[in-house]
Amino acid sequence: MNWLTELRERGAARFAEVGFPTTKQEAWRFTDVRPIAETSYGKAMSRWSVEANGAKGLVTGDLSKAGDIAQAHLGRYADVAANPFTALATAFLDTVQVISVPAKTEVTAPIRLSHRFEGNGAVMATPRVLIVLGDQARATVIETHEDSGIESALSNGVTEIVLGDGAILDYVRVQREGTKTSHIATTQSHQGRDSVLRSTSIALGAGLTRHDLGAVLAGTGGSLTLNGLSVISGRQHVDYHTTIDHAQPHCESHELFNGVFDQHARGVFNGRIIVRPGAQRTDSKQTNNNLLLSGEARADSQPQLEIYADDVKCTHGATLGPLDPTALFYLQSRGLSPATARSLLTYGFAADVLTRIAVAPVREDLDRVIRGRLGVESLAAA
Amino acid sequence: MSKGNGKSEAGSVILEVKGLHATVSTDAKKEILKGLDLTVRAGEVHAIMGPNGSGKSTLAAVLAGHPAYTVTAGSVTYKGNDLLDMDPEERAREGVFLAFQYPVAIRGITNSYFLRSALNAVRKHRGQEELDPLDFLSVLEKKLKQIGWDDSFLNRAVNDGFSGGEKKRNEILQMAILEPTLAILDETDSGLDIDALKTVAEAVNALRRPDSATVVVTHYQRLLNYIVPDRVHVLAGGRIVKSGGKELALELEEKGYVGV
Repeated sequence: MNWLTELRERGAARFAEVGFPTTKQEAWRFTDVRPIAETSYGKAMSRWSVEANGAKGLVTGDLSKAGDIAQAHLGRYADVAANPFTALATAFLDTVQVISVPAKTEVTAPIRLSHRFEGNGAVMATPRVLIVLGDQARATVIETHEDSGIESALSNGVTEIVLGDGAILDYVRVQREGTKTSHIATTQSHQGRDSVLRSTSIALGAGLTRHDLGAVLAGTGGSLTLNGLSVISGRQHVDYHTTIDHAQPHCESHELFNGVFDQHARGVFNGRIIVRPGAQRTDSKQTNNNLLLSGEARADSQPQLEIYADDVKCTHGATLGPLDPTALFYLQSRGLSPATARSLLTYGFAADVLTRIAVAPVREDLDRVIRGRLGVESLAAA
Repeated sequence: MSKGNGKSEAGSVILEVKGLHATVSTDAKKEILKGLDLTVRAGEVHAIMGPNGSGKSTLAAVLAGHPAYTVTAGSVTYKGNDLLDMDPEERAREGVFLAFQYPVAIRGITNSYFLRSALNAVRKHRGQEELDPLDFLSVLEKKLKQIGWDDSFLNRAVNDGFSGGEKKRNEILQMAILEPTLAILDETDSGLDIDALKTVAEAVNALRRPDSATVVVTHYQRLLNYIVPDRVHVLAGGRIVKSGGKELALELEEKGYVGV
């Protein structure tokens, strides 16, 4: 497959040119990847599992099953020039998991895609996913990333999402790798006219996470929900960089990223919103909330609005700090103990993102996971 | 301390405040309450009126146990027990309820979940069985019927994105569910239009019991047309400077605080 070789070579050439980013570069100011740059990685053994209840025409599988779809889309959205790690992942592009839903097809059961990898010594995995929904197709995809508790690893994944006109995708990505793993990821979506993408990215694991989410609203009337939740502790670090590109008029984007940071954990959020010339009647809202559960936890939040149209509505807001003492008192004044009040507020902070996940079984599964992670299993079930 | 069902006989003293002094916790020199006395009996409605900065909201906050204020002298006896010795959650479980002037939004937690958690904390304290979601729903429906409201905001996050009027109504709904012995309404009328005010007042009246008491803290006489007080107190400079019947509120409305 020449196109694949060419794609790999493009990635390799780009990476050879730019190398690993350093903290001197603005986009990498808070995230130091020297430990990755200084490690020499072998190849990880990637294991994918795919659960899908067949709808007519639904294709799931690797290049042997979906070569034409892959050739048409792969590497067209996740630009190797945009991010050195995307270039590196593309250079080492191996297997690709493709999910393709033909036009006017509705897949009702969630499609569950799970990546788990293993290896001896330091290893790198490059999980690559391509999700393509034809015009007016509809699906739910859950993408999970785990490892087998290995010694030192780099997971450097790329997911590309392509939505045709009027397509609707509910997409949830859950990352729960071990803390000895560095998790670098690129998610790039491209939406057609009147399409709807509801995306939730959840970071619970990995020692270092850097996730770049890019979304292009490339047709009029598109709607994007780009949500995220980090729940981390110890010395974990999560850096979310998001770029929402309003390329066409009459699109809306709602972005909510909440982070719960305990012990020495560190959160970074950079939310860039571009409104292109002519993208009139854009309606965009960005919110980033950071809950610091210890005096040592830290978070940085940076909105970055670039607006080149004049008839638009763009708002952004960020919060940062410990649990609100007034809210704690409010709950106590209703009879709840201080410990229960703290649990409830912390859980609510995470649930604020979870409750927006439209697909009930997915939401309920995650709710259990998050309760466990926050240590609030004792809260009465909703 | 009594762990009973919070039953008080009509006419018995529920709250006795004597010589209460309180300062801002972060600034011991800033004294707000300067020797306040107040006696509230079962079955009564008391109105505390006064200009801005007179200490009305501080009194409400101190009675609920807000950590922003420190009591430096005086006593507060509630159903025969030392109220000041109790944590805020103990006060709530013993039947003290403060309707906040500025209710707090709790994101991610639905109103019905919050209400059930609060009710179960109180029930557990009273030695009653905790309610599961279904049982709670029937309690809730009964209460909504009693006060004539619908359930439109039960599945929304607590006060999150609520209008001013919805927040105040939500405080009264909490009061309905928790069935307090002593309800303190802190400027519940502020920011309400006349229709919303009537709705809230009617609910408060419907919830009155012979064994409970209500303290209404307000700047304006308007609310007292709908929740008619047995006693009206004028608070100024951190003390009660004048007390009287419901006609005192009308006098205040006519002459202003300076005139009285």
